[in-house]
Amino acid sequence: MQVPAPFEYERATTVEHAIALRERLGEEARFIAGGHSLLPMMKLRLANPEYLIDINDLTELFYISEESDEIRIGAMTRHRELLDSELLAQYFPIFRDAEKVIADPVVRNRGTLGGSLCQADPSEDLSAVCNALDASCVIKSTTGERIVSMSDFHVGPYETAVGPAEMLTEIRFPLKANAGSAYEKVERRAGDWAVVSAGAAVWMDGDRIAGGRVGLAAVGPNTTLIGPVSEALDNVVPSEELYQLVGDIAAANCSPQTDQRGTEAYKTHLAMELTRRSLRRAVARAQGQEA
Amino acid sequence: MQVNMTINGQEVSEEIEPRLLLVHFIRDSVGLTGTHWGCDTSNCGTCVVLVDGEPVKSCTMLAAMASGHEVTTVEGLEVDGVLDPVQEGFMQCHGLQCGFCTPGMMLTSKALLEKDPNPTDEVIREAISGQICRCTGYSTIVRSVHWAAEHQTAAPIGSAT
Ligand SMILES: Cc1cc2nc3c(=O)[nH]c(=O)nc-3n(C[C@H](O)[C@H](O)[C@H](O)COP(=O)(O)OP(=O)(O)OC[C@H]3O[C@@H](n4cnc5c(N)ncnc54)[C@H](O)[C@@H]3O)c2cc1C
Ligand code: FES
Ligand code: FES
Repeated sequence: MQVPAPFEYERATTVEHAIALRERLGEEARFIAGGHSLLPMMKLRLANPEYLIDINDLTELFYISEESDEIRIGAMTRHRELLDSELLAQYFPIFRDAEKVIADPVVRNRGTLGGSLCQADPSEDLSAVCNALDASCVIKSTTGERIVSMSDFHVGPYETAVGPAEMLTEIRFPLKANAGSAYEKVERRAGDWAVVSAGAAVWMDGDRIAGGRVGLAAVGPNTTLIGPVSEALDNVVPSEELYQLVGDIAAANCSPQTDQRGTEAYKTHLAMELTRRSLRRAVARAQGQEA
Repeated sequence: MQVNMTINGQEVSEEIEPRLLLVHFIRDSVGLTGTHWGCDTSNCGTCVVLVDGEPVKSCTMLAAMASGHEVTTVEGLEVDGVLDPVQEGFMQCHGLQCGFCTPGMMLTSKALLEKDPNPTDEVIREAISGQICRCTGYSTIVRSVHWAAEHQTAAPIGSAT
């Protein structure tokens, strides 16, 4: 039987309360959102916080809202809401693509966007999605808030820019004209973590791709955004040759490891192929050729 | 710490250790052993219970987190000696063999039918995709849920007071 080590439990009632608790309790305190990454780690004693601050009552962090030039999502928004949201499906189809294949419906009832990003597991899918969409993260503390880009948010595997007395409260997604996005994942069985996955977002200017971004999951650290891909997608005409080129760049910039999910060679091949597919679909969607 | 929740319509109040998982609270503190406990790694889904009507893997939730909420376990499906259509369906269509996965399968099915009273095969398979059955091959479970959909007469969740 797997049992977490002893800890003390506090339930936060507001964002301010949660941050104040975190500040008072210090480094040994952790927030618990959906708990579907943290509790498994605590059961294996890979994480042994002394205090858990439950943030599930913070109803002010459950939302998906549309502003004039961006979509804002509260950190506690659960996978299921991200999957079901018509607003997200309309602007960012990559979300529904990804959410359909993240874990299983029961896990999706609990896991949250904020928890996924803060977990920063290199196999986690939503970091790649958020990176492709050029999202930024709102981080709050008792002294105020700061907004960081996804690349600054991710410090390394399991490491983010969120400090010990801070909280991720919101993720913002810029709305760009003539945009399209898509996500592709290969998994061994329903509900499993990715062997490899890739997400792409592009925005068009007439027949040309004005710009685009690609993020990968499960192929090593620092791949949730492949920088050289963004350069290759700067003001170009879409073509099969371009998708191949970008797929090759993605494959060259990842460092997967052989494990029970696949060999390094297979994963490198998937990085290329899934980049190609997601990019092709993102462009088709931006051109209104595919839902 | 003190937790207070409603389980199958009954108020439950217990003094527990914060690290107690909901599955063990239900089985060991409350004594409702219908909720099974299998993989312990959030994968098999036999521990699924409904929290405020939504299926949740109770091995991956603290009892403390369920405090103040409404929990439904497999024992809560039957009301005054009348089986829920989901339970009837599993009996009629051989939705179980060893019965290990069954509590979780039935609760997920119950929650699905509340939202979608007439689900397709695909929708049913998706709904139970986070749960493992080592006996039936799933086809009879899908058939059982269809049977229940065609015989929806029972009371909704939470009415068992
Ligand atoms: C069986 C299973 C399969 C899964 N498959 C996939 C998959 O295929 N793809 C995938 O991407 N994920 C998968 N997951 C992970 C799932 O998506 C988790 O729900 C998610 O990674 C973490 O979200 P959470 O809300 O549960 O976070 P928690 O476990 O509650 O928290 C994770 C970490 O983030 C911190 N944290 C949470 N919220 C905040 C906040 N607002 N501010 C600061 N820190 C915060 C916590 O302190 C903790 O350190 C799977 C999980 C399981 C159990
Ligand atoms: S015991 Fe909870 S999912 Fe297997
Ligand atoms: S009936 Fe035996 S595991 Fe499903």
